[in-house]
Amino acid sequence: MDSIFNLLVAGLLQSFEPLNLAMIFLGCLAGLFIGAMPGLGSVNGVAILLPVTFLVPPTSAIIFLAALYYGAMYGGAVSSITLGIPGASTAVATVFDGRPMAQSGRADQALMAAAIASFVGGTISVILFTGFAPPLAAFALKFGPQEEFALMLLAFATFIGLGGDDIPKTIFSILIGLVLAAVGFDIISGKPRLIFFGMVEFQRGIEFLVLAIGIYGIGEMIWTLEHTKGAVQMHKVDFGFDKVKSNLRQVKDYIGSTFLGSFLGFFVGTLPAAGATPAALMSYGLAKSFSKDGDSFGKGNVAGVAAPESANNAASTGSMLPMLTLGIPGSPTTAILLGGMIIWGLRPGPLLFSESPDFVWGLIGSMYVANFVTVVLNIALIPIFIRVLAMPFTVLAPIIFILCVVGVFATTDRMFDTWLMLLLGCMGYLMRKLNYPVAPAVLAIVLGPLTERSLRQSLISSQGDPMTFIERPISLICILIAVGLVSYPAISGFMKRRRAEMEAAE
Amino acid sequence: MSVRTAELFMAIAMFLASLGLMWTVYADDLAIGWVAGRGPGSGMWPFWLSFGMAGASVWTLVRWYNGVTPESRSDDPYIDPETVFLVGVTVAAIFFLLLLTNIIGLYFSMMLFLLFYVKFIGKHSWPLTASVMLGMPVATYMLFEVALNKYLPRGLPFFESIFLHIDDFRYSLMY
Repeated sequence: MDSIFNLLVAGLLQSFEPLNLAMIFLGCLAGLFIGAMPGLGSVNGVAILLPVTFLVPPTSAIIFLAALYYGAMYGGAVSSITLGIPGASTAVATVFDGRPMAQSGRADQALMAAAIASFVGGTISVILFTGFAPPLAAFALKFGPQEEFALMLLAFATFIGLGGDDIPKTIFSILIGLVLAAVGFDIISGKPRLIFFGMVEFQRGIEFLVLAIGIYGIGEMIWTLEHTKGAVQMHKVDFGFDKVKSNLRQVKDYIGSTFLGSFLGFFVGTLPAAGATPAALMSYGLAKSFSKDGDSFGKGNVAGVAAPESANNAASTGSMLPMLTLGIPGSPTTAILLGGMIIWGLRPGPLLFSESPDFVWGLIGSMYVANFVTVVLNIALIPIFIRVLAMPFTVLAPIIFILCVVGVFATTDRMFDTWLMLLLGCMGYLMRKLNYPVAPAVLAIVLGPLTERSLRQSLISSQGDPMTFIERPISLICILIAVGLVSYPAISGFMKRRRAEMEAAE
Repeated sequence: MSVRTAELFMAIAMFLASLGLMWTVYADDLAIGWVAGRGPGSGMWPFWLSFGMAGASVWTLVRWYNGVTPESRSDDPYIDPETVFLVGVTVAAIFFLLLLTNIIGLYFSMMLFLLFYVKFIGKHSWPLTASVMLGMPVATYMLFEVALNKYLPRGLPFFESIFLHIDDFRYSLMY
């Protein structure tokens, strides 16, 4: 415990270094604006801005991107409340009560509640993260390739069991991500694989960023253009220092639901398929169930804003726990962060804590600082956000398209990849319209090479005996949970049908 | 095209694409089976994953036929007719942005793209159009070429030479 404290202090001191502090400010600011923009969330911001971070050392880069992730979670509430359009899917639940509050002239109260709840959620989750991460990483040091493969299976199984999307389409999405990750030279035999139409460009493989920016940059912007028709309607917000003071006195109205959302968000966020969106929705549902005034939810109850906002912030920190300790991302955003870590030359996983303690603890320290910076910036800049949100989408969209093209080219140095990004972005958009979930594909393209490597390493070391996955207890437990998760939708469907039949018979 | 028809076409297209992937692995003469004492061959992973994709597509087709998915019961238009123009023009504009990048370079291409999008699609004022049209390439140049030393495509030699002058000017200021 003492050593954790010392490492945390060292991390905090590291985050106060001028460059890192500047990264925290820039990241929070960028995140707040990106989160506030309709259609753009943390995942889009991290995907589009990852190439820019090559300018600074890896620790500063991850601090910037993590601060952006945080900021975007705060910022998402701004457009949910003032425009009635969630800044990102993570802020969908905030619209339920944020919008009616804005319509009844209480937008300032909703914005303050969102900021304070986000701060509480962020702080509680960072404390939980600090407590859980080192022992989990130490435990994960025992993992061999068998356990790694079983964990990857578990990550994919959570998407099938808990993702809540169409199951065959989710499976398709995972598999296509894994296949795209297999393009290029085989890691063991060195033979070229899936070189489509004999194009030599495919020999280098498909960078995960090409798919991520294609889907979350191009595809998402086209989706938003279609849904907003290039125009949005904003509510007036009366915001000043007096309003901040009076709103601070109302914290007691929603502190209970904020604490509930914070703990729930953290633990839901650690699950790979869950992440911030289901955490926010679950937190909203629980706050409504526990409230004495449940009927007022959806009509402008401030606890209905605080509960999802605390949960989505806590979930964003929670999703970093499996990323840093096990090398498995807890959300699409952390999948991109994980890909970034590989580009920076780091090896995500339990060894990170012993091999790169400066990196890990610098990041953890920065989370504490970023939380304070974001809440201050958020409250101070609300009037500016509102002005920026009035920016027409037909100005914002082309700027983002260009950032996507430049970002992909700067990462891979190939025009071919920008064409591929456009193609994958359009495909992603067309498939998303038919309820094919895109997040599993992005997660799969990041985890694909690790999954295949751990599978083949395990089988080579056991002379091709697949029983190796079952003979090791941790691997067996993970596989059993994965099987349980995959079977869960079928079992729950069967139980529902059975109950309905029994009720009909009665 | 209705959402229902689109789901059918998409599932068929994805089924065929999966078969294509399987064929590509097979035709490349990769070992798609188990190598005794070594585990999976080099083609086994992509081949059987593609097989799984084909299976998932067939499953979607069965669900479509039985009307299980909400999409299979929806007769709404696949792309909103009010916005099909905006979406189509956006994709075409990005296509030309990339195409022209090979000829006139990314900077001039992005200026044309912004002019088209902000002025003709967004119907914004000339001062706003001009500021975005000039501001974006300048910001991109400063961030990527000056700060990150990443050279972006500059097109055919005539257009490239324009940037060499800009680079010379920059170096004269910096060094």
